[in-house]
Amino acid sequence: MRRLLSPVAIAVLCAGAALVALLAYGLAQNEADRGIEERLAAGEREEAPGFELPALDGDGVGRLADYRGQVVVLNFWASWCEPCRAESPLLDRWQRRIEQGGGTVLGIDALDVTGDAEDFIREYGLSYPMLKDREGETMADYGVVQLPETFVIDPRGRIAAVRRGPVDRAFMETHVTPLLEGA
Amino acid sequence: MRRRLAAAATAAALLALALPTAVTAACPKTTLGDIEDEVMCPVCGTPLGLATEAPQAQRERAYIEELIADCRSKEEIKTALVAQFGDGVLALPGDEGGEDELADVLVYLIPALALLAAAGGIAFALARWRRGRENEGEEQQGVPEAASNSRLDADLGRYDL
Repeated sequence: MRRLLSPVAIAVLCAGAALVALLAYGLAQNEADRGIEERLAAGEREEAPGFELPALDGDGVGRLADYRGQVVVLNFWASWCEPCRAESPLLDRWQRRIEQGGGTVLGIDALDVTGDAEDFIREYGLSYPMLKDREGETMADYGVVQLPETFVIDPRGRIAAVRRGPVDRAFMETHVTPLLEGA
Repeated sequence: MRRRLAAAATAAALLALALPTAVTAACPKTTLGDIEDEVMCPVCGTPLGLATEAPQAQRERAYIEELIADCRSKEEIKTALVAQFGDGVLALPGDEGGEDELADVLVYLIPALALLAAAGGIAFALARWRRGRENEGEEQQGVPEAASNSRLDADLGRYDL
């Protein structure tokens, strides 16, 4: 017993405990915030975090509040994100479909080189408005931990649906179309 | 005439050889390795040098290499990275150019003091542990001596000399 409590053993135990605490802290920090999904599962729609970001082309700024009264398909993406390539043409098709009916796709290019993002937009001929989240702060506000992620925001500015990963036609038809019909 | 032509050709060849060297000399000697330990991969949350596979890290590296090829200095490259990713891309304390100089000093000072304290603590604990072992050894040596003395006394008493 006396040996177990020797100062060396105590020092080793303390160092081990500190290491475990550090690892636990790191894991907790990196854990994705899934509060939005939990509230949606409970039938609640939470207020979408507001933002004001520069336009990707450098021409002015864009705010979520500018789109109040519209259905917003808020899509976080980056040019280096491979799955973003798969969903971008679909998002552009939906932009053409919903822009007359009180909706818009709003792209947020996050943590990306502007020149690369512009090349990406040209390559896919994307027509919807694009903002730049230079440091990923808006991404963090929405709990985005991977790209792409898409949030459907209703005309009252509340989050109505989330897709962590690329969207597909079924997601858009299930979550966007009913909002447009109700708008 | 032929001599003049030969001289002109030699001069042209020398000029052609000297030009790239002059351009290279004018270029600041920046390397990717020199920069990637001082900037972050914003998505990975680690210094760029440690982020090997992440697509964003690879793209950031390619961007840095484009700037190096464009003859940009290390500081110019860091400024360009900040323009793209914000101050958070700078890995070294003090690089952000903020006014909180005390915090920049403390970032280096606190880990150094913590290391010193830990080393001191371990040295103290080791010294105490070794002293404790020595004392235990002395006590253990003392016990047989006392036991043999009493046995000797008992033997002497039995023989009644």
